[in-house]
Amino acid sequence: MISAQHISKSYGKKGEIKALQDVSFEVAPGTLFGLIGPDGAGKTTLFRILTTLLLPDAGEARVLGYDVKTQLPEIRSRVGYMPGRFSLYQDLSVEENLSFYATLFNTTIEKNYHLIKPIYQQIEPFKTRRAGALSGGMKQKLALCCALIHKPGVLFLDEPTTGVDVVSRKEFWDMLADLKKEGITILVSTPYMDEAALCDHIALLHEGKILSIAPPHQIAHSIKTVVWEVKVKKIYTAIQLLDGFAGVSSVYPFGESLHITLDDDRKDAGFVEAWLTRAGLTEVSIQAIEPGIEDAFLMMMTDTHKKSQS
Amino acid sequence: MGTFKSFVIKEFWHIIRDRKTLLVLLGMPVVQIILFGFALTNEVKNTEIYIANMAGDELSASLIAQIDASKYFQVAGTITQTKLADDLLKTGRARLVLVIPAGFGQQLRHQKEVSLQLLTDGTNPNLASTINSYLGIIVRDFRSRAMGELQLPMTLNVEPRMLYNPQLKGEYTFVPGVIAMVLMIICVMMTSVSIVKEKELGNMELLLVSPTRPHTIILAKAIPYFILSLVLVSIILLMSRFLLGIPIRGNLFLLYGVAALFIITALSLGMVISTITNSQQVAMLISLMGMMLPTIMFGGFMFPIENMPLPMQVISNIIPAKWFYYAINDIMIKGQGFAAVYKEVAIMAGFTLLFLAISYKKFNMRLG
Repeated sequence: MISAQHISKSYGKKGEIKALQDVSFEVAPGTLFGLIGPDGAGKTTLFRILTTLLLPDAGEARVLGYDVKTQLPEIRSRVGYMPGRFSLYQDLSVEENLSFYATLFNTTIEKNYHLIKPIYQQIEPFKTRRAGALSGGMKQKLALCCALIHKPGVLFLDEPTTGVDVVSRKEFWDMLADLKKEGITILVSTPYMDEAALCDHIALLHEGKILSIAPPHQIAHSIKTVVWEVKVKKIYTAIQLLDGFAGVSSVYPFGESLHITLDDDRKDAGFVEAWLTRAGLTEVSIQAIEPGIEDAFLMMMTDTHKKSQS
Repeated sequence: MGTFKSFVIKEFWHIIRDRKTLLVLLGMPVVQIILFGFALTNEVKNTEIYIANMAGDELSASLIAQIDASKYFQVAGTITQTKLADDLLKTGRARLVLVIPAGFGQQLRHQKEVSLQLLTDGTNPNLASTINSYLGIIVRDFRSRAMGELQLPMTLNVEPRMLYNPQLKGEYTFVPGVIAMVLMIICVMMTSVSIVKEKELGNMELLLVSPTRPHTIILAKAIPYFILSLVLVSIILLMSRFLLGIPIRGNLFLLYGVAALFIITALSLGMVISTITNSQQVAMLISLMGMMLPTIMFGGFMFPIENMPLPMQVISNIIPAKWFYYAINDIMIKGQGFAAVYKEVAIMAGFTLLFLAISYKKFNMRLG
């Protein structure tokens, strides 16, 4: 459905900002593929190349079998695109926006109503309201409806849940699961690791490079190192104490706790607990945990940094 | 066709829902017409004049009556001492004093040549010279009439006659000018800003990823502004006809035809600007500084192009508004037909084709 081979793209006069470097991946029909990466990883650039809005500097890409460099009309009429920024008309009502995008694709709301019904029903009570006056979650639902109204073969969703509350985010991902059942191939990007687990395949994107492509559970399992969770009262002091401490190879804050990894020869974290307690910190507890996707991502990121430095 | 129609409807919604901008657009020509028509005028109407009448005879009285009767002047008072005239001017109570010398009637009868002295406040030289020439006309008129009545030998008089605008009315030249300016603002600025707005707000990103051709997008943008412009031209023409009493001498269809052509020229110029800029501010700056200023400077309606140095005259040729101003002046004020304006029409059509070709070539099918 989507295939990208060795895509590179850089910005700036001399190409000094490398947005994408040798990115390759395949998305199978009817699957939900997630692009995971922090801001500035190159997600939006990749979306724009695949939706024919930007030309890659190097590499080949095909969407639905069409070349993104030469077959613009074929791709543009067959894909649904939801940009990262809300791009509907704020001064038009919900209904006006939807019917405008329907006619844009030479179709009508009635024709494909079954496809958007579960989503549109939630915003239908507000159909006369201007799009600019909608809440963040409702805006996203409307944008998704507009992207779906012409029954696209592939759906490109660039950070659809950024700036949306937790409940709406969950609802949104439930909708994506339903759409997948309809046979629509979906490429979605997100900076949230917890959403990665809901995809069939994920690609970890960092500084324009793909670190890993695999189903979410495999990515977590690919980590061979033991991850230790450190619970302590003064997290910030603990980070300062542990960063660069002999025997500790990495320290990441993880909400209320810290995740650390130890040097290869260390099998036990007892020395860390002793060090923190001796430094005057209280309520210290350390235990080995099952690494998650975020752990995997952070570790791969550190690895590439080390590689590029050496 | 359905897509195009809904595009045009959407564009109308944008314009109508942006109440403040719409109000400014509709109010602007009204305000400009009123300003130019009533406030910023340098023509003379009921100017107060003091008469220092040293003669006090029958002929001087009839001259004063004739001045008072004209609609340009109003005799505010008569004095009999020249010394008072100085005081009046110095204190600012009078801006204009006509001195009729002693023995005016006598001298006129016998010597046939009498000098009147006109004291004007020279701080506004334009006004002073206008008043001077107006009063001159009245005096010459008086003299020839007096000579006829007195059965004196006829003397030949050179009497200037202003063609098309005998009263030197300022409104005549500014109405076509206001039309040109308003059309430049609506068509060039509003069109370019509204297209660039779609780029800036990301709407263009979505529009591009659709089967709709970019030319449809841009053409659909132009239509509402085309209609709005014709409405504004009508408002200006109605106001100038019924509020200022300026007759429309030429063919109304020809007038609208030329206006429609200029609207299309300006719209295509707006499209060129929209294709080369990516932010509303830049589009607005280019439209205002790059288009509005030259239009006012070189359009011909503020500063006569004939009085400019040669290089400036050459530059003025690339200002589309100049040609529009010439054409509409010919049709509206002089009442000329198509034969008089075909050159201007051809030049505007040429500009339009050039602008359309540039915007077609420059339109970016992708982002960035």
